Amino acid sequence: MTNLQFLWFLLIGVLFSGFFFLEGFDFGVGMSIKFFGKNTAERDTIIQTIGPHWDGNEVWLITAGGAMFASFPMWYASLFSGYYIVLFLILVALIFRGVSFEFRANMQTAGWRNFWEWAASIGSFCAAFLFGMMFTSMIEGVPMDKDGNIFGSFTTYVNWFSLVGGVAVTLLCLIHGLNFLQLKTMGELRDRAQKWNKVLYPILIVGEVLFVVLLYLSTDFFAKKPGSTWGILIVLVLLTLIAWWGVVKAHNWTSFIASGLSLISVVVLIFNGLFPRVMIGTNNVNSILIKNASSSPYTLHLMTIIAFSILPIVLIYFIWSYWVFYKRLKSPKAA
Amino acid sequence: MLSAGLTVLGLSRFQFAMTTVFHYFFVPFSIGLAIVVAVMETVYAVNKDETYKKMAQFWGKIFLYSFAVGVVTGIIQEFQFGMNWSEYSRFMGDIFGAPLAIEALAAFFLESTFIGLWMFTWDRFKPGIHALFIWLVAFGSSLSAIWILAANSFMQNPVGFAINKSTGRVVMTSFGAVVSNPQLWLEFPHVLMGAGITASFVVAGASAWRLLKKDHESFYRKSMNVALIIGLIASLGSIASGDMQTRFLIKQQPMKFAAMEGLYKNSTNKGDWAVYSSFNTKQHKTTSSLEVPYVLNILSYHKLTGTVKGQNAVNKEMHATYDKKFGKDMNYYVPTKTLFWSFRLMAVSGGLFALVAIIGLFFNRKKSQMIMRQRWFLYIMGLMLWLPFLANTAGWFITEFGRYPWVVYGLLTIADAVSPTSTVTGLLFTNIVYFLLFAGLGLVMIILSHRVLKAGPDSVETNGYSTEDHNEGKVEDPYGTEAFNHD
Repeated sequence: MTNLQFLWFLLIGVLFSGFFFLEGFDFGVGMSIKFFGKNTAERDTIIQTIGPHWDGNEVWLITAGGAMFASFPMWYASLFSGYYIVLFLILVALIFRGVSFEFRANMQTAGWRNFWEWAASIGSFCAAFLFGMMFTSMIEGVPMDKDGNIFGSFTTYVNWFSLVGGVAVTLLCLIHGLNFLQLKTMGELRDRAQKWNKVLYPILIVGEVLFVVLLYLSTDFFAKKPGSTWGILIVLVLLTLIAWWGVVKAHNWTSFIASGLSLISVVVLIFNGLFPRVMIGTNNVNSILIKNASSSPYTLHLMTIIAFSILPIVLIYFIWSYWVFYKRLKSPKAA
Repeated sequence: MLSAGLTVLGLSRFQFAMTTVFHYFFVPFSIGLAIVVAVMETVYAVNKDETYKKMAQFWGKIFLYSFAVGVVTGIIQEFQFGMNWSEYSRFMGDIFGAPLAIEALAAFFLESTFIGLWMFTWDRFKPGIHALFIWLVAFGSSLSAIWILAANSFMQNPVGFAINKSTGRVVMTSFGAVVSNPQLWLEFPHVLMGAGITASFVVAGASAWRLLKKDHESFYRKSMNVALIIGLIASLGSIASGDMQTRFLIKQQPMKFAAMEGLYKNSTNKGDWAVYSSFNTKQHKTTSSLEVPYVLNILSYHKLTGTVKGQNAVNKEMHATYDKKFGKDMNYYVPTKTLFWSFRLMAVSGGLFALVAIIGLFFNRKKSQMIMRQRWFLYIMGLMLWLPFLANTAGWFITEFGRYPWVVYGLLTIADAVSPTSTVTGLLFTNIVYFLLFAGLGLVMIILSHRVLKAGPDSVETNGYSTEDHNEGKVEDPYGTEAFNHD
């Protein structure tokens, strides 16, 4: 494995981390439109909190996908073709939620507004759940041939571990979204988000414990890298506890950052466990390794120069756009 | 066209065609409309004429719908390469991934961030700064076109690469060559001009329908004027860039060119150009045609003399070149009818756009009421609203069907590119769902745009980018300073 290959493995991890941190609260806020918001006025405010941001947040996913294609074509090809139906469902979910905000705002009947609210909520829920399920089943190992073609059956994708992983990620996103709402709203919405998270955090802890048990049973993470795996899991639990504390004490920034970092620590856990592989085969001989999956040194070198010259500029205006909208939204009055 | 039927290959091709065509309704429309709206807002920023602000907001609303649908269908495109064409992704990853990643990094972040800023900050920034936001969106989306076309251009005309002897896959040897591919710099201007045409003729056409109802005369006449000026520049540019591209094709992809002109046999020195032809594609024969002399040579070489190779001759050459590697059974004939008619549709549209723009600008000149009296012309312009979408699709049909049987010209066939893991059942299911989804999205898009037009420019401020205020029932920007209570 060359340094550049290692760097790009890290960068893909960074991009997915950015995606889960940012789109994580988008998904959570999206879910809460229907499950949390009580009336049209509240839902307007809920959607407004992510209005200027969700599109930019989704670009992290597109960039992660593009960067994976550019730096590890074998990984991209195996993962995307192997997870065909899962990714297709993710796409459908992303389509529905992506257009829903714009379409909903311009519907004239309550029925159609309702339709797009459901589209946003279910779309966000499914996207979060399916991403969780996909990455969990990926680290279990998948049936692959020596060319990296995945011929999975239903249980490759849907099993106890992947279902728990899906639920855990969904729950993390929902909680992260509610933490974001606490940061961006006032009055009743903010109070209710706090109340919900006070209940959700204990459930999340149970979910995390269940996830760790299944992680132990279903993956080789503990066998191959016990130290780092335990380390990351302890960080994950600590972050969860900090976020919980932040919720109870109404330290909105603390809980929001901590729940975002919890999502990132899940990504770190996955990437740490994968290393030095990018895809794990049921038969370990067929696993795809970083050293075999990457583009040529020329392309990696080129991409490195480009990424490090463009990314800082992107980060500057990306963060600036959040700063422009950093204030809380006015609380809605019940219609 | 897609005669492969219910096979993995046929269904994968159908899916790519369907998703790309649908996505490409919104891409040029969004790129072009961003420019049109940016021009309108710039006029406002300079003149402080409120009509132009209203124009930017009004057409900007339709732009936002289009942008949203463009974004969500765009993700399908990116995922699709890996999902349906994994062998292609493995073969091409070293070259194709880089422009795709740069597109996301340099262009998508720019447009998505600044569209968020633009939507929600009408009252928070000075008009000049706010106009800058939409210019950055327009710049970002145009930039994205360059990168994805860089990838497409490689597929049309591979440059700056070598074949890795042990894997048989392409590796990039010169990024400079990939981005300076002559194909790219012919394709990109044509696409950009097409985008300008799409947006301006939709704006002009929609305005024409409203003018027929004598609705907001000054507003729609001004809109039409801005649109037609951009439309005229774009249609002339489109004709010029199309012409350059055609002449490049004769050398670079002679099969595509021969099919566009419906030539099976080599043309004679007279340069007969077929206005109409019918073909027997099985026997590779032109059965009947109506021809005009010299036009073919003028189009091809800007001269009266010369000959163009027909498909039969090119087919022989292709076999001579590629049989060693790809075998004797390859079929190098491209779908002649599709290319022949697509080319005519596209070329005639190009001419019509320029003509209508000139007449429209004349009728619509400032002190004249002519445009209001020439109702027939408004009807034509109103109907022409749909034409750019057909012309764009026709253009891509030529480009993509004309590359048959290659996915990467001369290097990889379409049949070898498909995912080995795909199944007919899976593809059938996804094709049906995508189709229903697109039909639904297209319908909502049309209904919403129509509703915006019907509601008229006066309603924009009330339900535009700022939603209603929940406390007073009066309208205010949700992100305006007054909308925030401090802790």
